Amino acid sequence: MAMPTSPGTDLLSPAAPQDTSLLSSPRPSVLPPDVDMSSPLMYGTPIRGTPARQRPDLGSVRKAPQVDLQSEQPVSDATVGSEPSGGQRLVIWGTDVNVNICKEKFQRFVQRFVDPTSTEDENAGLDLNEPLYSQKLEEISVVGDPVLNVNCRHLQSFDAELYRQLVSYPQEVIPTFDMAINDLFFDRFPDSFLEYQIQVRPYNALKTRNMRSLNPEDIDQLITISGMVIRTSQLIPEMQEAFFQCSICGASARVEVDRGRIAEPAACRHCNVSHSMALIHNRSLFSDKQMVKIQESPEDMPAGQTPHTIVVYAHNDLVDKVQPGDRINITGIYRAVPMRANPLQSSVKSVYKTHIDVIHFRKTDEKRLHGLDEDAEQKLFTEDRVQSLKELSLKPDVYERLASALAPSIYEHEDIKKGILLQLFGGSRKDFSQTGRGHFRAEVNILLCGDPGTSKSQLLQYVYNLVPRGQYTSGKGSSAVGLTAYVMKDPETRQLVLQTGALVLSDNGICCIDEFDKMSDNTRSVLHEVMEQQTLSIAKQHVILALPVSVPHRVRPSPCPSRTVSVPHRVLPSPCPLCLFLRFDLIFLMLDPQDEAYDRRLAHHLVSLYYHGEEQMEEEFLDMSVLKDYIAYARTYISPRLSEEASQALIEAYVDMRKIGSGRGMVSAYPRQLESLIRLSEAHAKVRFSERVETIDVEEAKRLHREALKQSATDPRTGFVDISILTTGMSATARKRKEEVAQALKKMIQTKARTPAMKYQQLLEELRAQSETAVTKELFDEALRALADEDYLTVTGKTVRLLA
Amino acid sequence: MSSTHDWINNPLGVVKEMFDMSHNNSTSGWEEKVVKFFKEQLKEKDARTAVPSLNDVPLHYLKPNSLVKFRCFIQDMFDPEFYMGAYETVDPSSKAKMMQCGKYKDVAECSVDFHSSNTVNAERQTFYCVPVPGESPWVKERYASESQGRVVPSTSYAPSRQKRSYEDDDDMDTHPQKQREPNSAVGPQSPDNHHGNADCKRQETEAPSSQAASASHLDLNFPLPGEKGPSCLVKVYEDWDSFKLNDMLEVYGILSVSPVLSVLADEKETSSSLLDPTDSMETAAEQRVHCPPASLVPRLHLVHSQRLLHNNPLMPLTVMEQNTAFLSSTLSEMAAVRAELLTYFTHVLLGDTLAAEYLILHLISNVYNRRDVLPLGKFTLNLSGCPTVGSYTERLYHIIQQLVPSSFYLGMTLQNLNQMRLVPKKDYVANRLVSGALQVPKNTSLFLDETRLEQGQLDTAGVHNVTALGNLISWQKVDYDFNFHQMEFPCNVNVLVTSEGRSLLPSDCQIHLQPQIPPSQIEEYLSSLHVPSDSSSQVNKFRIFLGVARLLDYSISDEVTKSVEDDFVDMRKDDPQSVSAEDLHRMLVVARLLSLSLGQTTLCRDSWMRAKHIEMQRKTRVEQQKCVNGNEP
Repeated sequence: MAMPTSPGTDLLSPAAPQDTSLLSSPRPSVLPPDVDMSSPLMYGTPIRGTPARQRPDLGSVRKAPQVDLQSEQPVSDATVGSEPSGGQRLVIWGTDVNVNICKEKFQRFVQRFVDPTSTEDENAGLDLNEPLYSQKLEEISVVGDPVLNVNCRHLQSFDAELYRQLVSYPQEVIPTFDMAINDLFFDRFPDSFLEYQIQVRPYNALKTRNMRSLNPEDIDQLITISGMVIRTSQLIPEMQEAFFQCSICGASARVEVDRGRIAEPAACRHCNVSHSMALIHNRSLFSDKQMVKIQESPEDMPAGQTPHTIVVYAHNDLVDKVQPGDRINITGIYRAVPMRANPLQSSVKSVYKTHIDVIHFRKTDEKRLHGLDEDAEQKLFTEDRVQSLKELSLKPDVYERLASALAPSIYEHEDIKKGILLQLFGGSRKDFSQTGRGHFRAEVNILLCGDPGTSKSQLLQYVYNLVPRGQYTSGKGSSAVGLTAYVMKDPETRQLVLQTGALVLSDNGICCIDEFDKMSDNTRSVLHEVMEQQTLSIAKQHVILALPVSVPHRVRPSPCPSRTVSVPHRVLPSPCPLCLFLRFDLIFLMLDPQDEAYDRRLAHHLVSLYYHGEEQMEEEFLDMSVLKDYIAYARTYISPRLSEEASQALIEAYVDMRKIGSGRGMVSAYPRQLESLIRLSEAHAKVRFSERVETIDVEEAKRLHREALKQSATDPRTGFVDISILTTGMSATARKRKEEVAQALKKMIQTKARTPAMKYQQLLEELRAQSETAVTKELFDEALRALADEDYLTVTGKTVRLLA
Repeated sequence: MSSTHDWINNPLGVVKEMFDMSHNNSTSGWEEKVVKFFKEQLKEKDARTAVPSLNDVPLHYLKPNSLVKFRCFIQDMFDPEFYMGAYETVDPSSKAKMMQCGKYKDVAECSVDFHSSNTVNAERQTFYCVPVPGESPWVKERYASESQGRVVPSTSYAPSRQKRSYEDDDDMDTHPQKQREPNSAVGPQSPDNHHGNADCKRQETEAPSSQAASASHLDLNFPLPGEKGPSCLVKVYEDWDSFKLNDMLEVYGILSVSPVLSVLADEKETSSSLLDPTDSMETAAEQRVHCPPASLVPRLHLVHSQRLLHNNPLMPLTVMEQNTAFLSSTLSEMAAVRAELLTYFTHVLLGDTLAAEYLILHLISNVYNRRDVLPLGKFTLNLSGCPTVGSYTERLYHIIQQLVPSSFYLGMTLQNLNQMRLVPKKDYVANRLVSGALQVPKNTSLFLDETRLEQGQLDTAGVHNVTALGNLISWQKVDYDFNFHQMEFPCNVNVLVTSEGRSLLPSDCQIHLQPQIPPSQIEEYLSSLHVPSDSSSQVNKFRIFLGVARLLDYSISDEVTKSVEDDFVDMRKDDPQSVSAEDLHRMLVVARLLSLSLGQTTLCRDSWMRAKHIEMQRKTRVEQQKCVNGNEP
C-alpha cells in the first residue's frame, strides 16, 4: 500500500524498529526528494540501515521547523532551527551552537581523550593510555548496546567551550553528539549491526546540585542532582505519532505529537471529506515512559525542614532502571511546563510544573560492589572546606582536638573518645582475595563496659547521631532476625518482603547496640560473622520463595559495619561469647572512679554545662559538622599504607605483647590483636591525613590498646594484664587455682573409701577442712565441673557420683 | 501613600502600584520596597489588631485579596514552585501589550503571552499551615477578643457567598473555639461542663456542625485529633529557608480564595488525558492535598511574618528583654504569685505541697539549649500514686489546660496506643507529611494519663508508639517516619505522666502523690475541687507567671558554682552510691527552675539548698514507696 505521507513528518518521525514491530507500517526506505537538507539536525535519518531511535528525553528536538527557514523566524522558543549568521556560520536558532563545529569537536574528543588516572569502575579493563571513548565504541560494536555514556568531567577537561554548550543547550547539543558519534562509529565499524543508532548519554555534569539549589535559571539546562527514589509509576505508553485513517477512502495520515497535543486532520487529504479521519491506536507509535519521584537525600537537608521532591521522567530503556529506595545521581534536562490557557476560563494558574527528563541514571550504591566507600562520592566538598580541613589536619594536636570534640557533654574518658574517633576513621581496606584469604576487615569494633550511670548510652547516642548511617538498637528485645533480616508479609501487597535489620541498615555506618549483655546468646552469635568477615548470611529454608532474589544483595562482600557495643556491667558475662570478645579491637571499661578530685572536675563540668551560653560552647569545641566532614573526607580520600619502620614497630609491639604473658603460661596476645594494632595505626594516620603509617601512629595504637587492656583485662589479683580474662572471663591465676582445687578434690575422693555416691555438702566441708586457702562454693562448683568434664564423676542434685 | 484601609483591604493595589513604578526593571528593588512597606505599616500601633484574623473570623466573612493574619503552625512543607513573577498580556481586541505582576497571586490574567521574552520566572515555597495544635480555649478567646479586625459581613458581599451550597460553609466552620467531641476516643470524658459558661455563647454563632462529613471529604491533617479551624497554604516569597517545620508563626498575607483554583483542580481530575504528560502524573490523592478547594483551604500570600516564641496572649509578643517595663513588673510579683499558685496546686493535688512544688517546676521547664545530643532543661514529671476515683487525672488536665497556652491529653489506653498515630509519617502517594500527635509546637504540655492503662497486648504500632514517647521524653526528639529513612526533629514538649505506680515510660523525676485526704473522702473532695474561672485576675496572673518564668534567662555565678561543686563532692564522700552524676544533673535543673520560679535569674545559695532539700524529700518518698510495694523495680 503506497501511502502519501507528508514529507516533513516522514523525515522527522523516528523510524520504529521496523523488523521487530508488526504494528508499524512499512515505510519507503528511500527518502523523498523534497527533504529540506538545510535542517541542521537531521535526527531520525537512518545511517546505513540502522534506524535512529527517538529520544523523548530530549523533548521537542525532533520538531525541527517545517517553516521555510530562510524567510520566517521560528516563533516558538522550543523550536530548533537555523539561521544564517554571517556567511556560512550556521547556528541553531536561539543558541550559539554551530552544528558542524560542534560535531567536529566532539569527534575529536572521542578520538583523542585519554584519562590515564581514571579510577572509575566502568573503565575497568580498558587501556587507560588509549583514547577512552574509542575503546568504548569498540565495546559497543562487540556488545551491541548502542549507548555511549560520556562523563562530562572528561569533556570539560578536554574542551571547556564544548562543555559549556552542552550544559546550556543540551537539547541541541546532544543530538549533534549523536550524529557525530554515529558517523564515527559507522565509519569505523561499517559492518556492525545495532538495533538502533548510538545515543550519547552525558552524566556527571559539573553543575551537580542539591535539589534545593535548583532555581528558575536552570530550566532547560543539563543538570545532575542526587537523591533517593521514592516512587515509580507504572509504565505509561506515550504516543509519539498518531496514525489516522480515513473511514471513507482508507487513506492514512500520520501526525506527530507536538508538546502533548495532536492536531487531528480536519479533512482527508485524499478524498477531501471532512471529519472522516479516525485514530487507529494499533498503528500509532508509542514510547515507554515512567514517572519517577526523587527525594532529597537525608544528608543534604538542612535541619528542621522536610525533604523536597522532584518528578523525573524516564524514557525508553531507562524505564524500570531504578526502584524505590535506590540512591541515585541523575543527569537530565530540567523542564518547566507552563499551565496552558484554557479558552473557557478568564484566568490561568500562574504556576509552572517542573520535572526532569532523565538522560542518565547512576545508582550511587552500586559502587559498593567494588568495595569503595560510596558515601564519599556523594559528599562534595567545596574547595574552602577541603582547605580548612587540611589546615586543621596540620595542627599538631589535631588528634586531641578531634577527640575532645567528640561528645563534649560527656566528661573525660579521653581514651575512650580517642578509641571511638579511630573507629570512626577506620583502617584501610585491604584485599587479599587473590591469595585466598578474602579481605581483611578495616572496621574497628569497640566494646564499652562499665558501671551504670557512666553515660555510656549517651556516648552511643552521640556516635549514632554523628555518622551518616548509624543504627541504634538495644540488646534487650532485639533478636537475631531483627539484626539481620526477616521476611514478612507486606500488609498492602500481601507479598513476602525481606525486611532488613539493624546490621544491614548500618552498612558502612556504625551499629550501636546498647545493653549488649541483655541480648540472648542466640542473637549474639549472629555478630560473629558480621564482626570478622563483615558479611551476613541469611538462611531461611521455609521461605525459599522470597529469598533467592533478595539474598545476593545482602550477602555482598563487606556489607557490614564496625560497631560499638555496650555492656552495662562491670563483670563480663563469663562463659558465652569468648571468641566474640576477641573480635573487639578495643574493650573499654567506663568506671565511676569515686575519688574526690574526679568528682570535683565532674561537678564543674556539669555545672558549666548548665549555664554557659551557646556561643561559648561553640568556641570551645569543634563544630559537629566540621567533625563530620573531617571524618568523611579522611574516609574517602586517605588510605594510608604501612611504612617500613611502622611495620617493624608493629612486629616488635606484637612480640612484646606475646612475651608479657609467655613467662607465666598465659596468652596475652593473639594474631587478632596484631590486626587490631594495624587497623588502629592506620586510623590514626588517617586522622593526620597522612598516606603513610608512621611510627607515631603505631605508638598511639599501642598506647590505646594497652590502655584499653589495662582497664578491662587487669587481673585483680596480680595486677598483670591478662588477655585470657577476656576470653574465659577468668584470669589465669584463677584458672590455676581452680585446677589445684580440682586436683585436691580428686585426691581427696580417691583417698576415701570407694563409695560410689557422696553428699555434696559433706564433700565441700571436708575439702574446706583440708585446704589451707579458703574454698568458696563457686570454686568448689567449678572444680566439680572440671572433674565432671574429665568423666570422673557426675553431679546430680545434691549427690556426687563417681563414674567408672 | 495609602490609607490604612487601602493596604488592608487592597494590598494588591499597593503591590501593583509599586510594580508599575518599577517599569519591570529588576534592579529597581520594588520587591524589597513592598516587603518593607508592609513591615512598616504593621509596626504602627494597633495596626496588627486592625488586620482581621483567619483564626477567629469565618472565612466567608473575609474579603478575598485582602490582608489577613493567621496564627499558625507549619505542619508540612511542599516543594518549591515556579511561577510567573511578571508576564505580558495581550489584549485580544486591541493587541496592546501590558506587563502584569504575578507575585502574591495564584492566578494570572487570561490572554497571557506565553512566548513573551519579558516573562520573568520566579520561585516561591508553599507551607501547609494549621492553627496551633492543642491551643487552649482561653487563648483563642483572648486573641479573638483583642482583635479589632472583626469583619462585619458586608451587605454587598455576603449574599453572593450565601448562595453557595450550604455544605461548603459548614465544612469550614472556622469558629475559634476548640470543640471537643464528647465521644472522642482521646479526649477526657467530661470536659465541657468545666468551661460550660463559654459553651452557650458558642452555640449561637456556630453553624450546625457536620464534622464527620467534612472529615471524609477532605483530611485537613491536623496533628491532634478533634481539632478544628481553617488550614492554609501559605506561599512564601522570601527567605523560606529560615522557616522550620513545627514553627509557630503569625503570618500576614494576602488572602486568595479564587474559585478558579478549585475549578482547575476539578477539571484536571476528570480530563486526565493520555496526551498531557503532566496531568496524568499527579495522583488524585496528591491533587487533593496540594490543590484543595480554596473555599476549604485558602491560600495566603505572605507579606510579613513573625515567629512566635509563645502563644500566650497575655504576654507581649516581642522578646522579653525589649519589654523591660512588663518584665520588671512581673518579676517583682513572681514570688507572690508563686506562693498563690503553690497554695492552689496543693489544693488540687489533694494537699500535697511537695508534689505541688514539683508541678510548678515542671510547668515552667523548657529545653533552653542542646549540648550535642543532650537536651538541657527538660523536666519530665511522673506523678505516681494518682487516685483513680472520680476521674481525677482528667480534672487535673483541665486545670492545667486552663493555665497553659497549649496542651494535649493522651489517655494511654491500649486502644489509643495501638491505633493512634503519634509519629508523623510521610505519605508518598499524596506527597505529604501525615501528621501525628507528637507533631506539636514547642512548650506544649503533653499530659500522658497512664492510669487509663489496662491489661492487653501492644501490637507493633503500639510498641513503636511507646518507643516514640520514650524518645521524646529522654532526648526531646521525634523521629519522623520517611519510609525509607527516619528524620529526627528536635522538640520541646513538657511531658507530665500520671500513673498509679511508677510509669513504664522514662522520666526525669518521679514523685509519689501523698494525699492528705483520707481515701474515703477523695471523691467528695474532688467534686468540690475548685476550677479557676476564666475571667478571674488570679488565673491570668498564673498564666503570665508560667509564661514568663519559662522565657527568663539564667546564669550561675562562679561563687555558687564553687559551692555546688563542694556540695557534690561532700555528698559523694558520704555515700558515693546514692549520688551519681545523674542526680547532679537533676539537682541542677531543679535549682534552675526553682530560681526562675522565684523570679531570680541567677542561682543563689538559698535556692540551691532548697533544691537539695526538696530533692532529698522526694527521694526519701520514692524510697518509702519502693518499700511499700515490693514489686517495684
